[in-house]
Amino acid sequence: MISDTVLTAAISLSLALLSFALLATIIRIVRGPTLPDRVLGLDMLVAIAIGFIAVIAIKTGFGLYIDIAIALGLVGFLATIAFARFVLTRGLAPERAAKAVTDTGNLAKRSKTGRPSHRKRKGVR
Amino acid sequence: MAAQIETVVTLVVALVMVVGASFSLLAAIGLVRFPDLYTRMHAASKAGTVGSGLLLFAAGLHSLDPAIFVRALAAFVFFVLTAPISAHLLAKAAHQAGYRMSKLSVIDQLPQKEEAGRR
Repeated sequence: MISDTVLTAAISLSLALLSFALLATIIRIVRGPTLPDRVLGLDMLVAIAIGFIAVIAIKTGFGLYIDIAIALGLVGFLATIAFARFVLTRGLAPERAAKAVTDTGNLAKRSKTGRPSHRKRKGVR
Repeated sequence: MAAQIETVVTLVVALVMVVGASFSLLAAIGLVRFPDLYTRMHAASKAGTVGSGLLLFAAGLHSLDPAIFVRALAAFVFFVLTAPISAHLLAKAAHQAGYRMSKLSVIDQLPQKEEAGRR
């Protein structure tokens, strides 16, 4: 039957696209210059994993996979919120030294526009 | 007649699945290509949610079972509700912690607190 052939091809194509999406997200997590970038990458990773689970549910025909996707979404949501709290309490103390070096030109331009960003870097802790 | 309906549903499922996977891929490409956290968040929280939501919708449609379809729709609604909340919390935390926007940004109307890093 032609529709089954189309469905099989669509499943393969979707799995390939999701694999590339997973690869791109992992590149961002590895490269991500700051902690919030990596947290965002993990959030996106959970979303792509949910997509994978949905495609596997179509491929195998098990409806129970949807429940796994719901549970995974809940865990991902809570993890992102916890990481956001962590980012808020941690501040950018460990990244300050590296950032101050790379942002020197940027900093001079910013302070001209009236943004007192240099005071922050001196005053932190 | 029933066979025709099944064929149409299968074709719709295939189409929705490919579109959802494409949205996920576009979100991931945006995550890699955009210049800073705040622009990456647009790609991850909007296109990513639509991508996984469409895939879940396709999975629910493919089962041809109302219970599973409603469960997939509930998951979709849950992601649509939670994705903006988590993105907003993360952006607000990063902004308050002092992470700067990229140089390409035009305006930042929310003043960053000077004492935020001290707490």
